[in-house]
Amino acid sequence: MKTVSPFLELESGPRVKVILDDVALSLPQGANLAAALLAAGVPVFRDTPISGAPRGPFCMMGACFDCLIEIEGTTRQACMIEVTDGLEITRIHHDEALA
Amino acid sequence: MTRSDLAIIGAGPAGMAAAAQAAELGLCVTVLDEQPRAGGQIYRDVDRVAPLRGDILGAEYTYGATLTASLKHSAITHLAGAIVWAIEDQFRISYTRDGRGAQLDADHVLLATGALERPMPLPGWTLPGVMTAGAGQILLKQSGVLARDAVLVGSGPLLYLIAAQMVRAGTPPKAMIETQTRSDFISAAQHMGGALRGWRYLAKGLKMLASITRAGVPRYTSATDIAVQGTDKAEAVSFISNGHTQRITCDTVFLHHGVVPNVQAARSLGIAHTWDAAQQCFVPKRDEWGQSDKEGVFIAGDSAGIGGAKAAEYAGTLAALQIAFAAERLTREDRDRCAAKLRAKLAHEQAARPFLDAAYPPYAQALLPDDSTVICRCEEITAGDIRGYAKLGCIGPNQTKAFGRAGMGPCQGRYCGLSVTALLADARGQTPDETGYYRIRPPLKPVTLSELAGMEVTTPDAVH
Repeated sequence: MKTVSPFLELESGPRVKVILDDVALSLPQGANLAAALLAAGVPVFRDTPISGAPRGPFCMMGACFDCLIEIEGTTRQACMIEVTDGLEITRIHHDEALA
Repeated sequence: MTRSDLAIIGAGPAGMAAAAQAAELGLCVTVLDEQPRAGGQIYRDVDRVAPLRGDILGAEYTYGATLTASLKHSAITHLAGAIVWAIEDQFRISYTRDGRGAQLDADHVLLATGALERPMPLPGWTLPGVMTAGAGQILLKQSGVLARDAVLVGSGPLLYLIAAQMVRAGTPPKAMIETQTRSDFISAAQHMGGALRGWRYLAKGLKMLASITRAGVPRYTSATDIAVQGTDKAEAVSFISNGHTQRITCDTVFLHHGVVPNVQAARSLGIAHTWDAAQQCFVPKRDEWGQSDKEGVFIAGDSAGIGGAKAAEYAGTLAALQIAFAAERLTREDRDRCAAKLRAKLAHEQAARPFLDAAYPPYAQALLPDDSTVICRCEEITAGDIRGYAKLGCIGPNQTKAFGRAGMGPCQGRYCGLSVTALLADARGQTPDETGYYRIRPPLKPVTLSELAGMEVTTPDAVH
């Protein structure tokens, strides 16, 4: 799913390792997780439980719940989380969400 | 359990200004805000960001640092990263912070919960790569992340602001697809008097437009039949502009056709709301101080009706004056003397608003979308589904939940509520006031069992 990023990053601070579905990414420490994943070329964050349609961040302010991801077994809003070293993120898929 | 004279929900301009004024008058204030740092969306992360890219974001953004500085008062407790999920019992506020539930009590509550983007349901708006213009601006403000190849769609001053900022940052938008028409501008002309009184906003708007034009950004106006195309993510935007069908490839689409009050907290308290025809949204009923019809609950800033950051600041200060007066920290004379100056500034600030509302109305096809367009993003309910429920006898927004779960997903109706009201009102030949809105109940945001289990609960009335 990782593609060339449609986004440009202005900041160049220290980066830390984050695991997204078993793939290691290098993201800016302390950055907004949703923004950091977008900038890393990750457009799709999950599939919807109804139709399995792909979704990514929409509002970036904690209101729309489209950027939901799973961290340590809990569904969280990626746009409300800061990047920390060793963060393990799982993308939620259609069949899992229904289970 | 801590007790405050005043609990403020939201650390944007209204909340910060209210906190500073109330603290100065001797009140003990707690500000709860979801973000890790103060500023709200308009001044998001301003303390950290202003030195980094204040030049791109402009002086009106960096000004926010004066408000965040005013929070550093010994009588103000700023609870950053606090997600409020219930406001009950005159007043006990429940919230989650650092993975644990917590509560605080307060004599007065000020809701300064700001605005949400007006939902803009059009074909393809749920595709990854499609975001609100506000989201685009947040990416730039907080994270320094810029879309290389974005198309801006909709209408209104914020669309020009983000375009101008993108130009300054060296990544101008690929195109602007604007929905306002020449006749909108003509009907707005009747409000020109107010616009001239608020000339600073007009001058700023013209300057932004000039910079967008200078950067060679193509602008398409009177756009209709707008659709985002793509399978797994946004690939292009198609539309008709002045009789010509157009298609522009892009990987990022920023949507905007105005912002509307974030009324979740006010609705959950049962505060009465009325339809504002000029702004095409519900606004909570309140008096000249921002006092709602629920004793002790005040509402200020964009969550009480869209007025912008400066208006929010003045309204927040006004509410704080009245709360201090009620708490006997301020005489009536002093309250009124301070308020008179603020009201004059507020009126000046609001002067251009009727012109802007008329010149940049919402995109009509997103207010009443085609049958196949998804309007409830969470439950994937289409406009046609809602019309179908109306045909079957669905009498209001709360019944649509029983018919098909519209508004029952995680966003709790934030991005479909106004669409559902509009569609039902249209189908049933009613006004939005007659149709009403979703009943909003706590929890206002999801709470996990571990957050609840970790909660420190004390009951002040408990018998020992």
